[in-house]
Amino acid sequence: MTRLSVPKTYKLYIGGAFPRSESGRTYPVTGPKGEFLAHAASASRKDSRDAVVAARAAQPGWVGASAYNRGQVLYRIAEMLEGRAQQFTDEILAQRGGRRTLAAAEVESAIDAWVWYAGWADKYAQVAGNANPVAGPYFTLSTPEPTGVVAVVAPQDSALLGLVCVVAPAIVSGNAVVAVAAESAPLSAISLAEVLATSDLPPGVVNILTGAPAQIAPWLASHADVNALDLTGAGSLEWVDLEVAAAETLTRVRRPEPGVPPLTLERITALTEVKTVWHPKSTR
Amino acid sequence: MTDSTQIALAPAERAVRLLGGDVTEAALRLQLEGLPGVDGVGLEQRAAALSTRSVKEASKRAALDAIIGLTDLTTLEGADTPGRVRSLAARAVRPDPSDPSTPPVAAVCVYGDMVPYAVDALKAAGARGDGTRGEGDGARGEGAPGDGARRAGVRIAAVATAFPSGRASMGVKLADVRDAVAAGADEIDMVIDRGAFLSGRFGEVFDEIVAVAEACRRRDGGRAHLKVILETGELATYDNVRRASWLAILAGADFIKTSTGKVSPAATLPVTLLMLEVVRDWRRLTGERIGVKPAGGIRSAKEAIRYLVAVAETVGEEWLDPELFRFGASSLLSDVVLQRQRMRSGHYSGADYVAID
Repeated sequence: MTRLSVPKTYKLYIGGAFPRSESGRTYPVTGPKGEFLAHAASASRKDSRDAVVAARAAQPGWVGASAYNRGQVLYRIAEMLEGRAQQFTDEILAQRGGRRTLAAAEVESAIDAWVWYAGWADKYAQVAGNANPVAGPYFTLSTPEPTGVVAVVAPQDSALLGLVCVVAPAIVSGNAVVAVAAESAPLSAISLAEVLATSDLPPGVVNILTGAPAQIAPWLASHADVNALDLTGAGSLEWVDLEVAAAETLTRVRRPEPGVPPLTLERITALTEVKTVWHPKSTR
Repeated sequence: MTDSTQIALAPAERAVRLLGGDVTEAALRLQLEGLPGVDGVGLEQRAAALSTRSVKEASKRAALDAIIGLTDLTTLEGADTPGRVRSLAARAVRPDPSDPSTPPVAAVCVYGDMVPYAVDALKAAGARGDGTRGEGDGARGEGAPGDGARRAGVRIAAVATAFPSGRASMGVKLADVRDAVAAGADEIDMVIDRGAFLSGRFGEVFDEIVAVAEACRRRDGGRAHLKVILETGELATYDNVRRASWLAILAGADFIKTSTGKVSPAATLPVTLLMLEVVRDWRRLTGERIGVKPAGGIRSAKEAIRYLVAVAETVGEEWLDPELFRFGASSLLSDVVLQRQRMRSGHYSGADYVAID
């Protein structure tokens, strides 16, 4: 007896749960030759609002966890991803085509990216922070602190690695993220969400929306409760308008860049704010 | 037991009218226990159905303003200070300083000892019209709806009678009430003795409400409005909620209020709906209009709009008046202001743009 395959409907990832889009909309995901793969949820304005609410609720707890603990959670994500490498490779192949070795290499790079950023969790503050030289009977210390809720438009031409390379540096310092995944590759994004959901990452720290970035991003850009906007993958959108909308509510903006962003410390510190504290010197 | 049932209760006007002649514990018990039972499943089904209404754009805008105008902005913490009450009063008068078109709330609700600070703060803000003081003559018959709109300023409600437990001797409770009224409270939120009610000592509860209503009289002849808190979270059954509502109305309540906010569950839509039905029935029976105040646990504008729908569908839109319906809430106002900002600006607002509770 032949067995019919069950086409999966991929849902959103908001607040640690996997809801359907509030709008009820889905869109078909196709492979490189136009063959049908699955349905994915098409996130709406209200889904983006719900995701920001979830991120805002999760952020204080996440930044309150010790840096060591955050690092351990990120390592664990890498472990879980490693365990499901086969599935991710298959999904990348299905969505993008190409050679199997290249797809496997992308999954390996994604795992490595998690590990690389996990290592920075309890180190970036020492490198990016400073004891400042001041002329006076006191000293000041500057330390980077997470910005808060970060909205991210993931690189649109990468199935998995691009998303990992924008989400990992944002959460390592204690931000909570609302990520808009690549429209053409939502399967890898939601499978990554399944990994995150089982990796001790507190619910709401990462929220993943699938659908058209052109529809979702404007609501995130103008949202007053979003503290930073990472437009890395928004190069093909009207990103200047997004930047203008973000400026209205004093949102920090990172402009688009092509391709998959490299692993850099700068990506972590770009989504932090410097806090400087003053301390009197001992008189003896 | 047989002796106590013949004891005459305080001759509250409404009870005399309804029960006729001497108001005795036996007559009261007969009335309350003769009430039909509540269809709990049907009630919850009805409440759920009313929750599904979609309220958009212009209607939503009107609903948000209505919610603000119906709110008793509340702070009932052990850690309350005069400063906190002053900042509460400032928020009550101007809920959203970035938008002058935001209406003021109906009242501030504080502990009795904080009333003088609320009076001073509201006077200083020019939100304390003396025109309506002393006018509160309890439930009124037909006529004069909408006078809430002409009502000058923000009122002051004080919780009394050993809030929230209600566990104190009668003398202490009455002193608590007189103290708050003398300090300038326009409204008194009293708690019933749930222990007595649940033990079936209805007469005791009745007499207590009558005595508190009497203590609400001011020297100048006016009367502070009396809201009776049933604490539905402790009453266990819908039938008890219906009985307690009738009991409070018979004893002279101007408002029946769900909860203190200190017990979970606090206000729920089914319980509020049930109380609204009692008020509707009382209106049909006597023509008098009694207010309802759900309090505690209503935190979002969306939830509050469901209550507005329930009110309009059960007792009619005329009840959407601060004289007849109130929300007891502290964090609700922030969410309503956020939603107003969202509707005004077209983009989502954040907690950084509203006052901290």
